[in-house]
Amino acid sequence: MSKREYGEEELLALSGLQHMAFCERQWALIHLEKQWKENLQTMEGRILHERVHDPLLFEKRGDRITARAVPLVSRRLGIYGVADVIEYHRVVESLTDTENETAMETVRDAPDPAPEAVAGFAPGAVRVAGKDGMWRPYPVEYKRGRPKKDNRDRVQLCAQAMCLEEMYHIRINAGYLYYGEIRRREAVELDEHLRKEVEDLALRMHELYERGATPPPLTRQGPCKLCSLRDTCMPRLPKTGRVTDYVRNVLKDIQEERGALP
Amino acid sequence: MRKLLNTLYVTLSDAYLARDGENVVVRSGDEERFRVPIHNLEGIITFGYTGASPALMGLCAERGVALSFLTEHGRFLARVTGGVSGNVLLRRKQYRMADDEDASLAIAGHMVTGKIANARTVLQRGLRDHEGRIRGEVVQKAVNSLAGILREIPGAGSLNRLRGMEGDAAKIYFEAIDELILEQKETFYMRGRSRRPPLDCFNALLSFLYTLLAHDVEAALETVGLDPSVGFLHRDRPGRASLALDVMEELRPYLAERMALSLINRRQVDSKSFYQKENGAVYMDAEARKTVLTAWQKRKAEEITHPFLGEKVPIGLIPYVQSLLLARYLRGDLDGYPPFVWR
Repeated sequence: MSKREYGEEELLALSGLQHMAFCERQWALIHLEKQWKENLQTMEGRILHERVHDPLLFEKRGDRITARAVPLVSRRLGIYGVADVIEYHRVVESLTDTENETAMETVRDAPDPAPEAVAGFAPGAVRVAGKDGMWRPYPVEYKRGRPKKDNRDRVQLCAQAMCLEEMYHIRINAGYLYYGEIRRREAVELDEHLRKEVEDLALRMHELYERGATPPPLTRQGPCKLCSLRDTCMPRLPKTGRVTDYVRNVLKDIQEERGALP
Repeated sequence: MRKLLNTLYVTLSDAYLARDGENVVVRSGDEERFRVPIHNLEGIITFGYTGASPALMGLCAERGVALSFLTEHGRFLARVTGGVSGNVLLRRKQYRMADDEDASLAIAGHMVTGKIANARTVLQRGLRDHEGRIRGEVVQKAVNSLAGILREIPGAGSLNRLRGMEGDAAKIYFEAIDELILEQKETFYMRGRSRRPPLDCFNALLSFLYTLLAHDVEAALETVGLDPSVGFLHRDRPGRASLALDVMEELRPYLAERMALSLINRRQVDSKSFYQKENGAVYMDAEARKTVLTAWQKRKAEEITHPFLGEKVPIGLIPYVQSLLLARYLRGDLDGYPPFVWR
């Protein structure tokens, strides 16, 4: 991973990471070629997100604040996007102003997930505008379907957390994926392995974007069946053979047929 | 393959199209005549001076539904499209190839090959199906001549030479197609193609079918992100959808001419379906247009095995498949443009 930061112009959509994790060609069709096709699943997803993104659906229940449609950016990964929901869980009751300042500095200066630096104070906590106390943010991503075998939803969630970490200068250890079909959320541990995957995918995404060329379809059969872009992608195409031969055969058939005439 | 969605044809001359939520609503006077959810539609074509609300136009543009306005005679007036979409890199490639004579010739050569091969198949089918009822030797001679031209295409050498060959082939084909008109020969005959305006019933019928095909091809090209106005065979001309005309070439015999022949031979249209203007222009009446539209829609839902993909596709999606294949070639996924060749 290079140490440089990406400029405003170079930022790519965070949502592309889940496409990258699924299939590089799918990412290219959507983000390079702008060939988004809506199907029933994606339409349901869009409607779900429209609801989730409604900023008027504000919630505060005791020790939990729910912020919706939160803009995110990471200069280091070169990605930007909008989180469905960021939940802020209260970790410290209301403090006096001085205590608060100290707490803030402690958090800001903490080089790593600070060990419990201040008594009763957890690392990775931030202040929330207009609210007392310290709060720990967790990204929550809403998905229409059910948990998937692959990592693509976790990758997206982890990338959101990494944006938040960069924006707040904190460490976030977990997030949640909510699945509409099972109506349940699952906690996701944001471990080093997952973080590495996000970094690799982001780097590869920038590489493909730079090249501007759509990579060939995957050869394995699996994910294509689930892909809403299958008809645009035509994954079977390479198997159909060369166009030169196809056109030559057309001409050859006509030739032979003609020779056979009485 | 992608589901074939419907095209809504609005033939009520006093109809007004409006949006209600996610629905397209057709009104006539104060009355609501028809209502359909936008996601069931691929295109809307209106005939006559039908109006549409800006809200509906916006909905169509947003959802990629092609909305075309035609005159009551089926002459194209205007089309609503959204902001320029798709991949700018792909369009750049299209322009670069269109500027390059050799690259254009390679694509155009395949398109003309497809066109002539399909025209030849139309004649051959006529020979086979109507043996004894037609002057077989006349048609056979045309079939052979077309094979001769096809042989020369790979060595055409220049776009102008290719255009010349295409013109020769069209002349031979249209002369012979007259033989395949088996019924109502006093009303329908082909003595040369006339377009602006069509001067006889057969030409009027063909013009109408070409307009329907052009709408579908333009919409398909837009869908895959190509610019319908920059072609390889047809030169750029302001206001002309040259690429749509290019892609249409190979589809005309199979989709339009064959359908015209069967409408006439099955007597689904007759002399009463047409009227002549004072200046000699011939048009179809509203009743006949409805008959043709119904037949066209039915035909689009039938399936055929695509000769290159080897996959079953609804006939109505052939323009879309060809547009995709062209985009795939421009992108470098394929070694050439595979024309649709009807076997």
